[in-house]
Amino acid sequence: MSTSLSRRALLLEGVRDTVPMLVGAAPFGVIFGTLAVAAGLSATASLGMSLLVFAGSSQFIGVSLIGAGTALPVLWLTTFVVNLRHALYSATLLPFARDWPLRWRWPLAFWLTDETFAVVEHRFRTKGSEGGQWYWLASSLAMYGNWVLWSAVGVSLGQSLPGLANLGLDFAMGATFAAIVAPQLKRRPALGAAVAASVVAMLGRGLSYKLDLMLAAGVGVATGLLLEQWGKHKEQAA
Amino acid sequence: MNHWLAIVGMMLLTVLIRASFLVFGQRLAFPDWLNRALHYVPPAVLSALVVPMALAPAGAVDISLRNAYLPGIIVAALVAWKSGKTLLAILVSFVVYGVWRWCFVH
Repeated sequence: MSTSLSRRALLLEGVRDTVPMLVGAAPFGVIFGTLAVAAGLSATASLGMSLLVFAGSSQFIGVSLIGAGTALPVLWLTTFVVNLRHALYSATLLPFARDWPLRWRWPLAFWLTDETFAVVEHRFRTKGSEGGQWYWLASSLAMYGNWVLWSAVGVSLGQSLPGLANLGLDFAMGATFAAIVAPQLKRRPALGAAVAASVVAMLGRGLSYKLDLMLAAGVGVATGLLLEQWGKHKEQAA
Repeated sequence: MNHWLAIVGMMLLTVLIRASFLVFGQRLAFPDWLNRALHYVPPAVLSALVVPMALAPAGAVDISLRNAYLPGIIVAALVAWKSGKTLLAILVSFVVYGVWRWCFVH
């Protein structure tokens, strides 16, 4: 009795703490669904991507690469690079989940997004992880249901207004990426990474298989690391 | 291209990355340089996608009044930088893009 009560309380708490994230993700679900249809994916495939991949930024990039006819290995390599940060989340949460059975850890891993990581990590760090798998599960399911639902809304919007692509939805993609990246550039190494990547991307435009993107990403990341290193040396010298 | 093949590949990669430590545990080690490098992946990848879209939307570099992508994307970046509000930035940039097209492209 008392366990089922506290289980319900944990589920409710998990959903409640995730609500701001749900609101934030909703418009992007709609934009994703619309863009996926405009990029030439079927309605089922568009929705399938939200159901199976469930990773906002790599879905956006994936759809834009598929629309440009990118080769599969490059698409997958990009997905891998863009999602690699999730390994960091996985490592951060491992100490809390170490003793949970695999039937818990696999599904929670599948649903591990930026948003759920932020919510769960904060809760565990501040209030402990007792019974935390229910809290984590609730946050995961709320994010998942929300993302699939709003993707579906976007897909049906894209289908019922087939001219939407000509109205500048490819612009919406560019604007979305620009708005996401700009606030990340306040630190100098990140700005350097962005500038270097942009220059390489401009010079390498039209390279086969969108290899320009991988090349630009590599040069950008290396530049960021070098500037960070350089900043540290200057600090130590001062 | 087979879209489903693309999606299933994306799914497998994503779930394996997320499961890395949670499922396969501390048999994996995360070197410090990789940890730091990850911070620069989003700015690098997103900029590499955005900048060519703004400067050369149709493939060739186009810095003229007819390129409405350029002012739109600059505004998106500026509003997001100043306000930190992604959605607001997208909406404002859409207005700029639409008005620009109406004024200069038709």
